[in-house]
Amino acid sequence: MSAREDIMGRIASALRDAPETPVVPREYRRSSNMSAEQRLEQLVDRLEDYKAHVFVTPAAQAPAKLAELLAGSASIVVPHGLPREWLAELTDDAGSLEVHVDSPERRLTVAELDAVDAVVTAAATAVSETGTIMLDGSEAQGRRIISLVPDRHICLLRAGDIVEVLPEAIARLEATRPQTWISGPSATSDIELERVEGVHGPRTLDVIILT
Amino acid sequence: MKIALFATCIVDAMYPRTAQATVALLERLGHEVVFPAGQACCGQMHVNSGYFKEAHTVVANHVKAFDTDDYDVAVAPSGSCVASVKHQHELVARRCGDAPLEERAAAVGARTYELSQLLTDVLGITDAAAQLGSYFPHKVTYHPSCHGMRLLRLEDRQLNLLKSVGGIEMVELPEADQCCGFGGTFSMKNADVSAAMNQDKAANICGTGAELCSGGDASCLMHIGGGLSRQGSDVGTLHFAEILASTLENPVTVTGGVTLAGSKR
Amino acid sequence: MSNTFLGMPTLPVFGHGNLNATEPFPQAARRELANTQLRANLGHATHTIRDKRLKVVAELPDWEQMRDSGSAIKDATMANLPAMLEAFEANFTKRGGIIHWARDAQEANEIVTALIRETGETEVVKVKSMATQEIGLNEYLEEQGIAAYETDLAELIVQLDHDKPSHILVPAIHKNRSQVREIFLREMPGVDPLLTDEPARLAEAARKHLRKKFLTAKVAISGANFGLADTGTLTVVESEGNGRMCLTLPETLITVMGIEKLLPSWSDLEVFMQLLPRSSTGERMNPYTSLWTGVTPGDGPQNVHLIMLDNGRTAALADKMGRTALNCIRCSACMNVCPVYERTGGHAYGSTYPGPIGAILSPLMTGIKSEENNSLPYASSLCGACFDACPVKINIPEILVHLRGEDIDSQRAKIKVPTQMDLMMKGAEWAFSSGAKLNLLERGLPLGKLAAGRDKVIKKLPGIAGGWTKTRDIPAPPNRSFRQWWDKEHKPGTAVVPGMTPGNSAENSEGEQA
Repeated sequence: MSAREDIMGRIASALRDAPETPVVPREYRRSSNMSAEQRLEQLVDRLEDYKAHVFVTPAAQAPAKLAELLAGSASIVVPHGLPREWLAELTDDAGSLEVHVDSPERRLTVAELDAVDAVVTAAATAVSETGTIMLDGSEAQGRRIISLVPDRHICLLRAGDIVEVLPEAIARLEATRPQTWISGPSATSDIELERVEGVHGPRTLDVIILT
Repeated sequence: MKIALFATCIVDAMYPRTAQATVALLERLGHEVVFPAGQACCGQMHVNSGYFKEAHTVVANHVKAFDTDDYDVAVAPSGSCVASVKHQHELVARRCGDAPLEERAAAVGARTYELSQLLTDVLGITDAAAQLGSYFPHKVTYHPSCHGMRLLRLEDRQLNLLKSVGGIEMVELPEADQCCGFGGTFSMKNADVSAAMNQDKAANICGTGAELCSGGDASCLMHIGGGLSRQGSDVGTLHFAEILASTLENPVTVTGGVTLAGSKR
Repeated sequence: MSNTFLGMPTLPVFGHGNLNATEPFPQAARRELANTQLRANLGHATHTIRDKRLKVVAELPDWEQMRDSGSAIKDATMANLPAMLEAFEANFTKRGGIIHWARDAQEANEIVTALIRETGETEVVKVKSMATQEIGLNEYLEEQGIAAYETDLAELIVQLDHDKPSHILVPAIHKNRSQVREIFLREMPGVDPLLTDEPARLAEAARKHLRKKFLTAKVAISGANFGLADTGTLTVVESEGNGRMCLTLPETLITVMGIEKLLPSWSDLEVFMQLLPRSSTGERMNPYTSLWTGVTPGDGPQNVHLIMLDNGRTAALADKMGRTALNCIRCSACMNVCPVYERTGGHAYGSTYPGPIGAILSPLMTGIKSEENNSLPYASSLCGACFDACPVKINIPEILVHLRGEDIDSQRAKIKVPTQMDLMMKGAEWAFSSGAKLNLLERGLPLGKLAAGRDKVIKKLPGIAGGWTKTRDIPAPPNRSFRQWWDKEHKPGTAVVPGMTPGNSAENSEGEQA
């Protein structure tokens, strides 16, 4: 008998008293009572609480904000689907900035990713109550590896994509896409249960919220 | 109201004053107290030690003693014994395959109250000084025992009653919600861990500067008091029923190492 | 698949591996209690995390509703486990993942080893995983000539120190910052000799130490926090980014997951990803959560395996009173609030799973008779703090008591000399079997005074009660019981309580007064 059959047999035997399947109560909050402004304010508060840098910027000024944040950087990586207009001002005065585009045709190696200063991505959605940004691997967010290996992650999020509670985000996401949920820069509580930021993942997380 | 007193074995044998105080309080309020003579113990020591077969005998005796129409509600001056009656008795009966006992145990459990529950929820006592004449001019801290707190959800019932006693000065116990380490036979089987818990409880009590630590479970108070006594502390323990029963005319008097101002009134 | 069981009931098949207390808990506890540094470290850490948890739980207006949902979702999962497993398997496989089944620890270790051998690698990186800890995977791989590198900071500390984890979330909770610094200076090749004991500097040292390993690893091993049946999605919840490194960079990913880790649907994650972070690290959300479903072409490992582990879980499932222990999501809230764990630490429990949940899960998975596991259900004062803290409302105290009953019943089956506890319980059964018998016994109360000294307390009792009197007095009993007073003196409406005597003496109404 295969291990699978064996285990299935054991389970069936263990459940021979046919335990009842309870009706699952769903009395918790599944939608938001907050206004868009309140959600934005809450997200900023929660992200900053976990030591992310947050910038609220009109969408039209995204290129300028990005250029400002990247002043002095030598190279970045972006996913091939990132809106190109966001990068419009990068080369004006920072002519030396190298922009690597990660695409299905040209995937950057680990070593290349390790050498860039920052990664710039979009985000699928964000949960204000928990200060969480969700990436789902779509074209503007790229492969999981590109937002992981560089030490700085700059994430552009549209204010309209902010929800208040997790159930709202779950409803917007597609389960089977590869996802990374990010709440602040990498951190650990492993020493005396005190949280310190900055371990293996990007040690700097900048979030530009576009209004 | 006709109220059946479940004294509990430890109070019956070791702390009769706690039961006397309970009777005094209820009679002071004009209620009739009866004492079902067949009663002995709730059986939680057996249950909590895994001796379900033996517990069955003890539970059956309790149900036999209290499954009568001779009273309206039953009361016990103990959170853990009431929790046992309300939560464990059916479980014991079920585990021992005794369906009739399970049903009767549930009925008995449904009309059994812990003392502060009865006083607050049924008898409407909110001001012990005014309604019971309670007077106890001492500095007291309070330990809420685990089973009353977590199984019966007594919340601040005992504490609020104490706070409303005339002349009393209540001081808050740090980490009050932490177990004292008694746990029945836990205190024997895991005596070292139990003692470590009790030492921390004692240190917190002594740190309050209170003369006494009150509570609602004689067993926990015996454990806490036993530790304090061994450490040579002057701080004693006293069941809240006795503090409520204390009046200007008949104050609680004090012996031993405890010196309380006004105790020789 | 229907749950109607038509076959012959089989005896529970118990689990093996790092699931046993190897010495009785009271004995192990005594040793750990004597370690004052350990007690200070644990006291500090557990109090820190308790406060954090309470704060973030209080932020949510619907925490209790979420607990109710979480509890019901897990009950529903267990009641329909065969169907859940089949659905998960179909969905995970459909997207290119490969599923293996392991009856026990040995079989799981063999499968992992074979999968690593197929890649030709002799080094693997690991994400913290309770399942692989439970089956002793690292030790097994070492015997097979494969080096497994733990990448979680706390696991790294423990591995470098050749120590054992003592907590399921923070395996190095028993070490303080200066001890961690000493370990790093001693064991970490190339570490900066000027390393300070600031947690941020220690975390940075770990980053430098592991960076190259992550960037070159070909094989990673992980556990999983949740498996979603309706989509075949796996989830790993972490903080440091070591999980993302392991789940994203290598070509081969091997995940070991207990069969009880499933949730029926994707949307159930909305409950558990609120319950878990707040209960475990006391954060609104953990820094990183990774989700993957089989293989994503061009993104992450392309050779993705999952080992579904039984190792005693079906035995736990067969215990009607105990099966809800399988609902555990390994948040560690129960141990963080446990007054026993706080004082003994995790090593005293022997098993991979310490604390209140370990005290029920370990014997449920191994059977109560395995090694010293029958001592674990007694490692609790039944204070109930664990039940209140549990995000999926596992009634741990009730299961502890149930397992004590299993232990006593298994002892009864043996022909043996009764223990002192047996005799005490038998005696008490007799005394408490009627009011008359208890009354008879209580007439002997004044005899107890003989045992008491001049200060009216008993300071030493023989046998198991001696454990009590080692650190606590017992008051001298009163001259007579309440029921004797009631019979002889009580007159309705006249009860006053003359001469009530607070303090440590149980002196009764006839006693001396001040």
